[in-house]
Amino acid sequence: MSRIRYTRRLPAAALAAGLALALAACGGSSTTSADGAAPSAAADQLNPNADLKKQSLNITIWDGYSPKDLPERVKQNPKLGFDVKVAIHDTNEMAMAKLTAGGDSGIDVAFVSGQYAQALNEQGLLEPLHPELIPNLANLYPEASQLSFDKGNKFSVPYTWGTTGICYRTDLVKTPPQSWNDILSPPADLRGKVTMMTTERWLALPALKALGFSINTTDDQQLAQAKDLLLKAKKTLLAYDDTTFGDKLDKGEAAMVEAWDGWCPTTNPKIKFAVPKEGSDLWSDTMVIMKTSKNKEAAHAFINFILDPAVHSWVAENILYKVPNKAAMDLVAKNNADLIAKNTPLQMNPAELLQGESIVDLGEASTKYTRLAQEIAANQ
Amino acid sequence: MTAKHDLAPPGAAPGPTAGRPPRRSSRRSRALGTAGARLAFLGPGLGYLFVLLLVPLALVLSYTVFRRGRFGGVVYEATSENFTRLFDPLYFHIVLGSIKIAALTTLVALLLGYPTAYAIARLPRKWKTIALVAVVLPFWTNFLIRVYAWVIMLSGPGLVNEALTGIGIIDKPLELLYNQGTIVTGLLYSYLPLMILPLYAAIERLDPQLGEASANLGARPARTFLSVTLPLTMPGILTGCVFVFVPSLGNFVIPEILGGGRSIMVGNLIRDQFLKARDYPFGSALALAVIAVLIVLLFLQAWASRVYGGTEGRRG
Repeated sequence: MSRIRYTRRLPAAALAAGLALALAACGGSSTTSADGAAPSAAADQLNPNADLKKQSLNITIWDGYSPKDLPERVKQNPKLGFDVKVAIHDTNEMAMAKLTAGGDSGIDVAFVSGQYAQALNEQGLLEPLHPELIPNLANLYPEASQLSFDKGNKFSVPYTWGTTGICYRTDLVKTPPQSWNDILSPPADLRGKVTMMTTERWLALPALKALGFSINTTDDQQLAQAKDLLLKAKKTLLAYDDTTFGDKLDKGEAAMVEAWDGWCPTTNPKIKFAVPKEGSDLWSDTMVIMKTSKNKEAAHAFINFILDPAVHSWVAENILYKVPNKAAMDLVAKNNADLIAKNTPLQMNPAELLQGESIVDLGEASTKYTRLAQEIAANQ
Repeated sequence: MTAKHDLAPPGAAPGPTAGRPPRRSSRRSRALGTAGARLAFLGPGLGYLFVLLLVPLALVLSYTVFRRGRFGGVVYEATSENFTRLFDPLYFHIVLGSIKIAALTTLVALLLGYPTAYAIARLPRKWKTIALVAVVLPFWTNFLIRVYAWVIMLSGPGLVNEALTGIGIIDKPLELLYNQGTIVTGLLYSYLPLMILPLYAAIERLDPQLGEASANLGARPARTFLSVTLPLTMPGILTGCVFVFVPSLGNFVIPEILGGGRSIMVGNLIRDQFLKARDYPFGSALALAVIAVLIVLLFLQAWASRVYGGTEGRRG
């Protein structure tokens, strides 16, 4: 999935567009509750027999994260037949900016990572799901309802899931990495040939796991220990990289990188992926329905359509992310066994995945991770 | 900056009011016509600046006094903490480090750019044009592509290391990428033309007879350069320095790609406040601090240009 992060679009355009809202909000009371713990209000009454052709959907999703022809397929589907407009976000943070600006964002269905879905729900912005309108939920693995940010899929449906591990070149490392310490303090011959991620929660993950702490810790002592370890690791790193680590590995610029499973280019036979013995995370990108949506029946029908094995398997086949959809994964195994054989991360089963710790939203404490990341970046 | 020059005082505009005073009645109607014409000419530009520069700027300014919402956004409770945080040693250190990198880039750009601009200004007319086109040629290619090209050249298995090991100068690849030196190199490469062009304009305009006069009066070339050429081209030097310093200070792409994310500059810090930390108020306060530094710099430049005014009096 592409996450192009180097454009300068935000300040002028977004701020200018937000002016009216900001000024309006200046006068009125703040919509952001300080504790943010308010659960979603009662569900709307939805009409299972609503005429979907009269509705239309705006969705927001990462670029290239869904089939290009998805809107046409929905439009031409006799049971759906409504218009879908696709807006793109580069990062979760940009999606959050859109969705939490106040008032109606105009978005009906959003694709965001689990911890962000949790944050949106705590702010009361999500529509509780009506499972009776999503019969294809039955296609999901039972484990898909055990994700700790939303047990029982009350407000989110997982779209993809995976974990973070070490992606490495079998010809450049002498012994395959087994521990996060292999990345944090690499052997002498691999100094300057290792990359780690820079997004704060994943920056901290290897150190927290190596020290045996939770990746959701907010304990200052534990974070200070992690910081020491990360500062030491910085000296032996080639670079911090969230986007091109696969490329660096492919070219041999790096020998070992911290990587999301789907981003590890295991199609290269010299590249392998390992989950360190200390454990890792379980991330999930989810689909949620906004409370402000006026097209909730169509939104449910859309999610149901995505969960159709023929649609959902596209993600595994094209982005190489695992989908929490048993029927879809079975379909991939049947039609594309070769692909799974070549890409070891696709072989992980739900039980293995569930051993990973879910990243949850930390509210105010998330600023501790921001600061940690800045302190490490600023240290020379 | 350029806007300041574009929006020259209306009196300077060559309008119908200039020249001999016409008859009273026609003067009146002409004056009205002029006002209308001014509005027509200035309107679109002013409107553009107002909507796309002043309004967002006012918004940034207003954000600085509020609190960050828990999930991002802005909570409209007044606070001064965004400004006190600016003096947190961590951020202060980052801003200071960025100023150092930008200043170093500017200095090297000046040392490299001045002789280049001088040489171009003294070329025959035909070659002058070719040389100037060559200077701006890189701008015709996308900035990101040019920055990535440096990665391909400098990386461990990259072109430079291949070449050096190939001819046997080194036996192990050098670590050329992902340090502060690479950041300065990248910034220098990107913004050197912005130094050369104003320098060229200033040197080009210099009357060669002044140099001859200085020589006739017995000054050695070094003395002529220091006492005549340098002061007279000072406005160009200052303009070039501002043109290089300002974008270098705000750049966040080069520290990330060529610096390998191992250094953080104030541009990255501001970008991260908006896109990662979801802290618009603090990001705005940081942006305001940088804008303040730049405004001080522009005033200094304007003042110094006046002092060295010379042949360029009106450029201010």
